[in-house]
Amino acid sequence: MTFIGNKSDLRVVGTRPVRPDGVDKVTGRAVYGADATMPGQIIGKVLRSPHPHARIISIDTSKAEKLPGVKGVITSADIPNIPSEEAFVGEGPMNFRDLSLNCMARDKVLYEGHVVAAVAAINDAVADAALKLIDVKYEVLPHVIDVEEAMAPGAPILHDTLFTAGVTPKPTTPSNVAKQVRFTIGDVEAGFKQADVIVEQTYTTAPVHQAYIEPHACVAAIAADGQVLITASSQGHFMIRAYTAKLLGIDIANIRVTNAEIGGGFGGKTVVYLEPLAVALSKKSGRPVKMTMTREDVFRGTGPTSGGTIWVKVGATKDGKITAAQTVIKLQAGAFPGSPINPALMCAFAMYDLANVDTLGYDVVSNRPKVAAYRAPGAPISSFAAESAIDDLARKLGMDPIELRLKNAAKQGSKTVYGVTHGVIGYEEVLNAAKAHPHWTAPLGKNQGRGLATGFWFNIGGESTGGVFINEDGTASVVTGSPDIGGSRASMAMMAAEVLGIPYEKVRAVIPDTASIGFTHVTGGSRVTYATGMAVTQAAQAVVEDLKKRAAMIWDISPEAVEWKDGEAVPAGANAGGFDPLPLAAIALKAAKTGGPIGSEISVNAQGAGPGFGAHICDVEVDPETGHTTILRYTAVQDVGRAIHPAYVEGQIQGGAVQGIGWALNEEYIYNKKGHMDNAGFLDYRIPVASDLPMIEAVLVEVPNTRHPFGVRGVGEVPIVPPMAAVRNAIRGALDLELFHLPMSPPRVRAAVDAAKAPKAAE
Amino acid sequence: MPTVVISGSSCRDFTHGESEFEVAATTFRQLVRELEQRFPGLGEHVEEYMAVAIDGVIYQDAYHAPLKPNSEIVLIPKIGAG
Amino acid sequence: MSKIHVETTINGEPMEFLANPGESLLDALRNTLNLTGTKEGCGSGDCGACTVIIDGRMTCSCLVLAVEAGGHEITTIEGIAQGDTLHPIQQKFLENAALQCGFCTPGFIVATKALLDKNPNPTETEIRFWLAGNLCRCTGYDKIVRAVQDAAAEMRGG
Ligand code: FES
Ligand code: FES
Repeated sequence: MTFIGNKSDLRVVGTRPVRPDGVDKVTGRAVYGADATMPGQIIGKVLRSPHPHARIISIDTSKAEKLPGVKGVITSADIPNIPSEEAFVGEGPMNFRDLSLNCMARDKVLYEGHVVAAVAAINDAVADAALKLIDVKYEVLPHVIDVEEAMAPGAPILHDTLFTAGVTPKPTTPSNVAKQVRFTIGDVEAGFKQADVIVEQTYTTAPVHQAYIEPHACVAAIAADGQVLITASSQGHFMIRAYTAKLLGIDIANIRVTNAEIGGGFGGKTVVYLEPLAVALSKKSGRPVKMTMTREDVFRGTGPTSGGTIWVKVGATKDGKITAAQTVIKLQAGAFPGSPINPALMCAFAMYDLANVDTLGYDVVSNRPKVAAYRAPGAPISSFAAESAIDDLARKLGMDPIELRLKNAAKQGSKTVYGVTHGVIGYEEVLNAAKAHPHWTAPLGKNQGRGLATGFWFNIGGESTGGVFINEDGTASVVTGSPDIGGSRASMAMMAAEVLGIPYEKVRAVIPDTASIGFTHVTGGSRVTYATGMAVTQAAQAVVEDLKKRAAMIWDISPEAVEWKDGEAVPAGANAGGFDPLPLAAIALKAAKTGGPIGSEISVNAQGAGPGFGAHICDVEVDPETGHTTILRYTAVQDVGRAIHPAYVEGQIQGGAVQGIGWALNEEYIYNKKGHMDNAGFLDYRIPVASDLPMIEAVLVEVPNTRHPFGVRGVGEVPIVPPMAAVRNAIRGALDLELFHLPMSPPRVRAAVDAAKAPKAAE
Repeated sequence: MPTVVISGSSCRDFTHGESEFEVAATTFRQLVRELEQRFPGLGEHVEEYMAVAIDGVIYQDAYHAPLKPNSEIVLIPKIGAG
Repeated sequence: MSKIHVETTINGEPMEFLANPGESLLDALRNTLNLTGTKEGCGSGDCGACTVIIDGRMTCSCLVLAVEAGGHEITTIEGIAQGDTLHPIQQKFLENAALQCGFCTPGFIVATKALLDKNPNPTETEIRFWLAGNLCRCTGYDKIVRAVQDAAAEMRGG
C-alpha cells in the first residue's frame, strides 16, 4: 500500500461530483426497504407487549389462525431457543440469545413494545384483525425505568441470571447492574491534592433515538429447499445475513440478502428486529412476507442510545494545568446488557494530555427497549459532562476555554486513560482553527452567549471487500459490500478513478448482494471511506499493475519498462522504446488477447483507523421569559484526515452537529408511571427542523492519516460528540445559568432562570 | 521485550491488579499464549473480546500486527460502530 | 366493505383506481399505483416524507384519504422531472449534496416546488419555515436550504 501524498497531485479526490445514485434519489426511483416487493408477498405484523415487565403465562393463537386470510402465526415456540453466546456486534459485546429474545420474547416481556407474537396475512386489515385475536395472558411484574432506581437495593430484577461482572468476589445475587468497568492511569488522589481549583458536578442525559426518517422494513422468502432471500434496509446486509442465520439456525450459504437503499441509520440499523421474524413467517405461510414498522414501532421497539448519570470532578493548578480528572458513569442498557459504557469512559477525557485519570462505569438494565448504537456510541454522553466541567473550570480560573484546552491538549505521544499513546492527531490544529475563526471573536448581544466544546472518536476499520473491474470499453465498475448511507458510492468511485487515472464519470459504483461480493462489515463506526476505501484503492492499484503488464505485452517489452500516468500506459524513459501512450480503453479492447478480463477484488481487515477530533462553537440567544433557546450561529471544526468528497464530509459534520443540537435542547423519552412511553411519535419527540436552525458552518482541518492511501480519517461520529456541551456552555454564557441535565428544554431553562432569581428575591 | 499495559478493569481482574509487565513475544499469537500461561483466562479474553494498541495504533484483530522488541502493547476493549 | 372507484389526475395523466374507504392517498400511491417515490416516515403528518402537491397546494398524502383525491390534480416526485430532464430543484439538490440517505428528499423536492411556484424569491427564513414540516435527520438542513436558494435563483433566470 502506498500513501498517495501530495494534495496537489490529486485530480479527483477533493472534488465534489454528483453521486452515482443521485438521480434515482431525486426522482423517486430509488428502492428503499419499504419499496421492495416479492411476487406473491403477504403482510407480516407483530404483536407488542402493553406491559413494561411481565411474565408470559400463555399465548393462545388459535382464534387468529382461524381468521380467513391469515396465513401463519408465530410465537417464540417457532424461533429456536438458542443458548447464550457472546458476540461482538454494533455497539459492542452482546449476546445472540439476548438478540433472539429481543426480536421475540420467550418467558418474560421486558419493556412496553416487546414483541410477543407475529402474524402473516393477505393484507394489512386482516393482519391487524388477527393480532387482536391473539390472547396473551400476562402476570404483570413491578417495573423499573430509571437507571439509579434500577441500581437501588430492592429494585425489580429483570434477569435472575444476571450477576454483575467485573466485581470481586463474584456476586451471588442477581442484579440489574450487568457490568462494572474501570480505566485508570496515574493517581487521581495525588492529582487533586496538587489542584488549586476543583469543579465537581453530577449531570444527566436523556436517552435519545437515532430517529432515521425511514422506519425499518424488509421482505423475505424461504423456499421449500431452505433457500432464503431477504431484501432489507440496513447498515449491513452481511450483518442481516449473519444474525438471521444465527437466530434461526440456517446455514449462511442458504441466505442471500440484497440491501435496499437505506433511509438513515446512525447506528440504529446495525442489528436485526424484523428479518428473522419475516423468514419464520414465510416458513409458516409458504409465501414471501413483507414487514414494515410504523414510526410508533420504531420508538417503542428499537434501540435508542443510553441515557446516563455522569459525575465528574476535574482539578487544575492556578495556571490552568489539569492535575486530575475523574468520572463515574451509569448508563442505561435497556432490557438487555450492552450499553456503550466502555467508549463512554474511554472518550470522556481523550482530548487531554493528563497524568491522573480515573473512570468508573456501570452498565445497567431496566425496562426500556434495548439500546442500539448511535453515532460515536457513549462518547456524547460522557463528553457532555466532561466538556461542561472543563468550561466551568475555565470560568473559575478566569481563562479562555480554548487556551485552557490548548494548555492541556492531547498530542502525539499523549497517553489516554485506556492506556493507548496517541499517534499523529490533529486536536491542537482543530483548536487553533477554532481560535482563528472569526466566529470565536464576533460580538454578542443581550441574552446571547457563546459556548465551545470538543470531542473525540476512535474511528474503526475492519473487514471490507472492494472490487474494480475494467469494462470492454475502458470504463470501470466498482463493487463494494458497504451499503451507501450518505454518498459513499461517490467516494468509492472517486478513489478508483484517482488511481486508474480516468474521469470520475467513467466509473460506476454499485453494491451487490451478499452472494456477489466478499464479506463486508456494517456501514458504521466511520469505517467505510477508510476500510472499504482501502480495499477499493488496493484493488484499483492491482488493476493498474495488471494494465501495465498488458501494455508491456502489447508493446512486447518488459513490464518494468512501463509506467502508468493519467490513465495511460507510457514507456518508462527513452530506453523502453518510443511507443505512443496506450490509454486504458485501448488496453481494455485487447483484454482477450492479453489474458482475459481485467479486474481485481480485494478483501482487507483494515486496522489503525486514525482518531478524529472536533471543536464546535455555538452562539445562542435565550429568552428568559419562555426559556426558549435559539441557535444563532454554529461552527464545527474537525480534523478529517483528508476529505475525499468534501461536500459529503461537510454533510456528515452538519448532520451530526444538528443531531447533537436536538439531543441538547429537545429530545427525550417520556415515560409515565405505568412504564409506557408517552411520546412515541415525531409530534412529541421533537427532532430539529429547518426553522430551528441557522446554517451550520463545517471547517475541515486535514491532518492526513498515514495508514490510509489517501490519508482518510473517519468523519461521521465525531460531530455528534461536542454539541451538547457547546450548547450548554453557550446558554451558561448567555444568562449565567447552571444547567446540568439534558434536554435543556424551555421548561428546564425557565426553571433555572427562576432558581437563579430566587436567592436574590429573598435578600 | 515488549511491554503489556492494562488500564481497564476487565483485564486487571485476570492479572490481580498488575497493570504493566514485559512478555517474551515476537508475534501476537505468541503474546496471547504467554498471557494465557501467566494469567489463566486472560489469553482467551484478549483473543475474544479485546483489541490491542501496538505503539499507538489500534488493531481490532492483530494476528498480522508486527511486535517490535520495545513495543508497547495496550489491551483495550473492542470498539463498536455507530 | 367494498372498494370505491376513484378518478383523478396524477402527474398530468388521468388515473383511476379502487381504494378502501379508510385508505390514505399515500397508501394508494405506493401500494396500488406503484408510485413508491413518495415515502412514509410517520403516517401522522409529522415528517413530510409523503409530501405531494394537490391542486397547487403542498399536502401530506398520509393525511388525505385516497377517495378524496377524486377529481383533483396531484403531483408526486415522479412528476417533477420532464422526461429525462431534471427539474432545476432536483439538479441543485444533486449539485449541493443536499441529500445523504435520500429518504426525505422526495418530500423536500416536492415541498420546494410548491414553495417556488408561489414565491420565486424566498428569503432564507421563508425557506426554513416553509420546509419546517419536512424532517431530515441526515443533513442538518444546511445544504438543503442552499439547494433551494440556488434552484430559486436558477428558475428566476439568475
Ligand atoms: S408520512 Fe406523512 S407526514 Fe410523515
Ligand atoms: S437525507 Fe436522510 S433524512 Fe434527509
